[in-house]
Amino acid sequence: MLNQFMSYLGSNVTPGSANNQLWALIYVFIIFAGVSLAVVAMNWFERKALAHFQIRLGPMRVGPHGLLQPIADAIKLMLKEDIIPQEADQFVFWIAPVIGLLAAFTVYTVIPFGPSQAVSDMNIGILFMLGVSSLGVLGIVVAGWASNSHYPLIGALRSSAQMVSYEIAMGMSVVSAVLMTSFNKDGTGTLSMIGIVRSQQDQGIWFLFKFFPLGLVAFVTFVIAMIAETNRAPFDMAEAESELTAGYHTEYSGLRWSLFMLSEYAAMIAVSSIAVTLWLGGWLRPFPNLLHAPAWDFIFSLFPGLTFLGLAAIAFIGVARMPAHFSFKIQRIGLAVFAALLGCMALLLLLLAVAGRSADSSIAARFREGIDYVYWFILKVALFMYLFIWLRATWPRYRFDQLMRIGWKVLLPITLGVLVLTAIVGVLAS
Amino acid sequence: MNSAFFPALQLALARPFIASNVSFLASLITPPNADMAPVATPFFFYLLSGLAVAGGVLVITRRNPVHCALALIVTLIAVANLYLMLYAPFVAGVQIIVYAGGIMVLFLFVIMLVNIERASKDRRFNRIWPAGLAAACALMALFVSAFVKGRTLFPDRMIKLPEISNTQEIANALYGEAGRMGQYTFTFEIASLLLLVAILGAVIMTKKRI
Amino acid sequence: MVPITTFHYLVVAAALFVLGVIGVLTRRNVVIILMSIELILNAVNLNLVAFSRMWGNLHGQVFAVFMVVDAAAEAAVGLGILIAFFRNQETINVDEIDLLKW
Repeated sequence: MLNQFMSYLGSNVTPGSANNQLWALIYVFIIFAGVSLAVVAMNWFERKALAHFQIRLGPMRVGPHGLLQPIADAIKLMLKEDIIPQEADQFVFWIAPVIGLLAAFTVYTVIPFGPSQAVSDMNIGILFMLGVSSLGVLGIVVAGWASNSHYPLIGALRSSAQMVSYEIAMGMSVVSAVLMTSFNKDGTGTLSMIGIVRSQQDQGIWFLFKFFPLGLVAFVTFVIAMIAETNRAPFDMAEAESELTAGYHTEYSGLRWSLFMLSEYAAMIAVSSIAVTLWLGGWLRPFPNLLHAPAWDFIFSLFPGLTFLGLAAIAFIGVARMPAHFSFKIQRIGLAVFAALLGCMALLLLLLAVAGRSADSSIAARFREGIDYVYWFILKVALFMYLFIWLRATWPRYRFDQLMRIGWKVLLPITLGVLVLTAIVGVLAS
Repeated sequence: MNSAFFPALQLALARPFIASNVSFLASLITPPNADMAPVATPFFFYLLSGLAVAGGVLVITRRNPVHCALALIVTLIAVANLYLMLYAPFVAGVQIIVYAGGIMVLFLFVIMLVNIERASKDRRFNRIWPAGLAAACALMALFVSAFVKGRTLFPDRMIKLPEISNTQEIANALYGEAGRMGQYTFTFEIASLLLLVAILGAVIMTKKRI
Repeated sequence: MVPITTFHYLVVAAALFVLGVIGVLTRRNVVIILMSIELILNAVNLNLVAFSRMWGNLHGQVFAVFMVVDAAAEAAVGLGILIAFFRNQETINVDEIDLLKW
């Protein structure tokens, strides 16, 4: 087992491809913990960002600036009474959130955080992703049926009809991205996620900008389909509280409802990661081929530390702006501790960037490279999360028939057209 | 409710379209390098085939159609994993996307549309079930005798196909030029025609007024 | 342990096939009969892919892909017929679908 541990640290393939079960298991645990942490952070960030969009403050009481609010929410949900409707089917009622959770989390096995930082680099990575994300629909349909009540049933049927409609558009735009991978110098394409990012690196252009505006249109249709896939605003008719009393998860209370919320946020992060991998260059930093000098490498490797430094600075400004009243003492101390933690993290990352500066393959340099890959990936996914919240705060929701019309009559012809045009332009350009 | 049935129907028929497009675009895959040795094959085989058969038994014996549908999903996913063990990753992917993700959603929609309370309180088996069971037992006896007699007919070699070029080779067979590649191009076109006919037929049959 | 050969896969496929046939011949609910037909089709697919691996070419796998497509079309048409019938007669019980009997 020890040599399995050590052999991965020096390799540059994923643990799944190297048949390294120990590291694959470690990655699975890291992903599970990381995604749960990200869901908690996303919960806080959504409430604060929505509030600031609506010119109010959001949660401010529970921790300094509401930082402990998600923990309070989690404790509340765990302590709530677990109500099961009387005529509901017990087993199916229990298993519905589990199916949704499984489908949402299994996608993470193919998402690459770096060239060797993925659980497994399957040759059919994109096919696997499309298939597993379509299993989430089953959880919703079954949840609505098992609640034995009108509103959940209608909400579940609407929600699943919407999800299956937008899966077609999502699949077609994914296909046009995969098509762009085959315009390499040696004319080969690939379905594996790491291969797609590598082909973006080899072709020297993110697929977002390739054959402009075709890559952009494919990306935009994928983003729209992605928002409809995860039942987020403005496509959240099926679970909006003013329309259908929370749709398919009406009858779920406490911990079961939190499983639905967990699977929704995890699915959001998963499809954002897919979009980042397919169009935005995955783990690549900006301009990896154009600005290739070691000086530029060093400058870009300072970014993780500088980001945390910026966050620490914002937290310190928050400490300074808090009223100097004795009833705010604990909050001030708490926020100052948090800011200090962020600052320490920033210092660590800056030290790492300086220590692993040269391009040799020392331990520090390899570690720094890994951290950089993961950092750029997470930065792009965080931008997508902000986009989700921004769209929720800004746009009103679509009516259900308008939603279905967009899925079938607008997005599907557009994606088909983009696919055909990409093929034509690609053949003509090579 | 009809507004919910048609998308599921169209989805179940459009998924093969997407899956075949994916295989087309992966038709220029890099040449294969070393392939992996399988891990713990007998354990996974017995686990997956046990799951598949258990799911099959649950499908034919449960009273509630939704339970049967869930058991069938378990069977389908187990069979997809068996395809992975047989070094057929593309067929496994197609199975998950089309069968488990499309056809079963269609089945669940229809179960909810025609769910009448009387059905789950009815008897499970129809009037002539002894005759059906006898016929199935005869079929099983036929299979057993075929396997016992013909055990030596199936050579025990298992040729290992390299996994990486599987999608590429299937895509060559489906989309290539005539000759040694592209033996199934015409069949592919006929399959698309079949899907079109099925879409039209199902839509016309379920419309209230034509 | 005995190494897993093609024969093991054929036995599993035969078991699924027999279960599907029992389901088709003995159940009352039409939807469950259609699901048993899907079981039969899956058994045949497993058979095809196992033989494809045994012979080392891809004909079995391509045929299996076409059969999955075929099964999708047939499930859709079958369920469409079921819905059309249900709208007329309000029953999904094969014992009661006997309008054309003499």
